[in-house]
Amino acid sequence: MKSIAQLVCEHPFFQGLNSEFCDLMCGCARNVRFNPGEYLFHQGEDADHLYLIRHGQVALELAVPGKSPVSFQTLHDGDVVGVSWVLPPYHWSSDARAMSLTRAIAMDAHCLRKKCDEDPALGYAVLKRLLPILTSRLNATQMQILDVYGAPEERQ
Amino acid sequence: MRSQHVWLPEPVRVLSRKQELETTWTLELEPGQSGKGGFLPGQFNMLYVFGVGEIPISFSGDPSQTERLVHTVRAVGPASSQLAASRPMATVGLRGPFGTGWPMAAAEGSDLLIIAGGLGLAPLRPAIYHVLNNRERYGRVVLLYGTRSPDDILFREQLEAWNRLSDFDVHITVDHAGSDWTGKVGVVPALVPTLAFDPEDTVAMVCGPEIMMRFTASALRDAGVDDESIYLSMERNMKCALGHCGHCQFGSNFVCKDGPVLSFDRLRGLLSLKEF
Repeated sequence: MKSIAQLVCEHPFFQGLNSEFCDLMCGCARNVRFNPGEYLFHQGEDADHLYLIRHGQVALELAVPGKSPVSFQTLHDGDVVGVSWVLPPYHWSSDARAMSLTRAIAMDAHCLRKKCDEDPALGYAVLKRLLPILTSRLNATQMQILDVYGAPEERQ
Repeated sequence: MRSQHVWLPEPVRVLSRKQELETTWTLELEPGQSGKGGFLPGQFNMLYVFGVGEIPISFSGDPSQTERLVHTVRAVGPASSQLAASRPMATVGLRGPFGTGWPMAAAEGSDLLIIAGGLGLAPLRPAIYHVLNNRERYGRVVLLYGTRSPDDILFREQLEAWNRLSDFDVHITVDHAGSDWTGKVGVVPALVPTLAFDPEDTVAMVCGPEIMMRFTASALRDAGVDDESIYLSMERNMKCALGHCGHCQFGSNFVCKDGPVLSFDRLRGLLSLKEF
């Protein structure tokens, strides 16, 4: 059985992080599991964790009044769930629902923020890993907003 | 090989009509004289609805089957709506085949990444048929398909059948979905970095809305695929299909004659140009 330190340091999000930083991160980590249909968090709640998916599938959803929730992204093995923990006022911007049995590492957000604040080099290393995720999600959102698969006008 | 005059639409009968999606239909047509010589995956015909207009429609059928021409049409304007509504035994005008095809011969021996968005799966389907008919000529084959929602998945049963093949990987993603959808949600370019493949030995064939192709080409380049190995099927205002009228000029290319399938090294810098 792998230790939590191994699981954290081997997760794609922390790959390449030096061992000293990795050891620091492990103090904030614990294993969690979510059954299918169980919510990791809901929109507006305190963003108190960063989740590193080990195995499973998680849907990010928005509640739509009068309709069933709309999923706008699914996350899978090796992905990160939740970036709101790093941005004040630290509230989730969507719901996150486990679509299948999901095993993850939950990183305590208060602990993470404290360690990143105390060691700017660690904070920078973490932010460098978060920014590409934010950028790719922004790019994806742009495409989704454009509704590129909508019917084009016929060219005559 | 065309035996008709290239400007003259040949009257052919609609043999069958099948609804694929709410506004999308697949028509089977008589090949006429124009279609008897076969076609290359990626090519298109000009289909004429008499008294309404003529539009370019890609082949969507198996290129090894020449007794029927298969085209998948989305009803979005007068000509395509009339075409999609054509019943069996109706007559439409046919010119073609026109344009360049997917690089099926050049890609032999390589791995293939086939990436489709929305209705863009239709012009890629002949390439998929060709690969499956000649499976030993190609390495690993992966299809990435993205569309708006689960209700908008084109050729759904066929995708499921392909996914059951041991030597053909199919990944489907939708832009948004309800909670009953158990598959992936997200845009199709985001699937590219999740794949493990050798970029130096991969040929990518991409068809879909131009914005989707732009983002996908960018993701492929980021993954290390050469511009010369990325092929896009472009859509422009094609009228004559012979490179004479100039309506489909795109930089130094005429999409009808030099395309619609063009390698990315010929398109670099053009995709972000504003068009009015």
